[in-house]
Amino acid sequence: MRALVVDDSRAMRALLTNILRGIGAEVVQATDGRDALEQLRRTDALPDLVLIDWHMPEMNGLELVKAVRKDPAWKPMTLMMVTTESEHENMVRALLAGADEYLIKPFTPDALLEKLNLLGVPVPEQALAAVTGG
Amino acid sequence: MTLTEREEDAFPFFQDYIFAKSAIVLTDEKRYLVETRLAPVVQQANLRCLGDLMRALMRGDRQLETAVVDAMTTNETSWFRDNSPFEALRAHVLPERITANSARRALSIWSAACSTGQEPYSIAMILEAHFPELSGWNVEILATDLSQSALEKARQGRFSSLEINRGLPAAHLLQYFSRDGAHFQINDALKRRVRFQQLNLAQAWPVIPPQDVILLRNVLIYFDAPTRQRILAGVRANLRPGGFLLLGAAETTRELVEGFVPISVARTTVYQLKEI
Ligand SMILES: C[S@@+](CC[C@H](N)C(=O)[O-])C[C@H]1O[C@@H](n2cnc3c(N)ncnc32)[C@H](O)[C@@H]1O
Repeated sequence: MRALVVDDSRAMRALLTNILRGIGAEVVQATDGRDALEQLRRTDALPDLVLIDWHMPEMNGLELVKAVRKDPAWKPMTLMMVTTESEHENMVRALLAGADEYLIKPFTPDALLEKLNLLGVPVPEQALAAVTGG
Repeated sequence: MTLTEREEDAFPFFQDYIFAKSAIVLTDEKRYLVETRLAPVVQQANLRCLGDLMRALMRGDRQLETAVVDAMTTNETSWFRDNSPFEALRAHVLPERITANSARRALSIWSAACSTGQEPYSIAMILEAHFPELSGWNVEILATDLSQSALEKARQGRFSSLEINRGLPAAHLLQYFSRDGAHFQINDALKRRVRFQQLNLAQAWPVIPPQDVILLRNVLIYFDAPTRQRILAGVRANLRPGGFLLLGAAETTRELVEGFVPISVARTTVYQLKEI
């Protein structure tokens, strides 16, 4: 699986990247919406999954979701917001714009893996068992 | 709690006591767990040490009994835990039971160790989202647990964002919850679908109406083999013929009592009680 992590916080990018690599994903990073869009346009290996922060300079996460969903070629990508933004209305806006899932910061690694499982992203049994067991 | 004098070892008492009250087996390696979980109980009750707590319990202090039992249960849970069992419910188990019960127009589901409510509420969401044909049916979701504090939280239906993050699909969050400060409150319509009640699986059960589906997930792991056998026999006695049992992902089927047929569906296994 290939994943793109879009977040303006270096620490958050590192955390998400670590968890994703832990389940065997290939991960690339972008620092905001514009950076992400540029990378998506250039790449010949589209990510299967994009994790998107909301509040970022240049282009925010909601705008990025809208931009991605405009291009039919990008339809197969699964988009998940990962953000502190948890106002009901804004969550609705993100889903209506085409985000597939939503994870509220702060979160635990198991919560991220459970969401991926929900989205049908293959999560190795041991990884899930390690975080949800007991 | 400093040890100025040599304290007696209360651990064996707690092993026996917890087993008697809940059937939860605490092996010798669980000494640390007992100490860390009971330390807050000792403190809250203004006692000095586990020995004091032991003596209070021996005198039959009911309030402390509840606090100790609650502290020793592990309430770890999540929404749609492991996902595939709930997929199996939606795609196979519920449709089959609905067909079987179409004359009676009644359906009963029991979450037999419901912890803080995520499991029965997940079922309620599935019913609400996927089975509109059940309107006008008598649908009962019974949710029971040993832990009073877990049940209290379940009844309130108020969850932190950390809890909400654990496996709840965003669309369900938006549809079935409202914001309440930093928390999320499950809506009344869903709450009304679930009846919470205390029930100790390890002791004699109250009378329960015959069930179509029983979820007994991630609880047998705490018990010894005879207790597991007894509980599974109880489950069988309370299931309708053709009804289904769902176990936790890690739970074995080796000692399943006779009469169940394993069925593979949605990347998981459910157990159907044979029709007689
Ligand atoms: C790990 S939780 C599992 C919750 C849920 N079924 C799930 O799979 O996510 C285990 C639950 O079993 C309950 N439990 C432990 N001993 C019990 C007993 N003797 N009778 C009823 N419930 C018990 C605990 O209180 C706890 O809420």
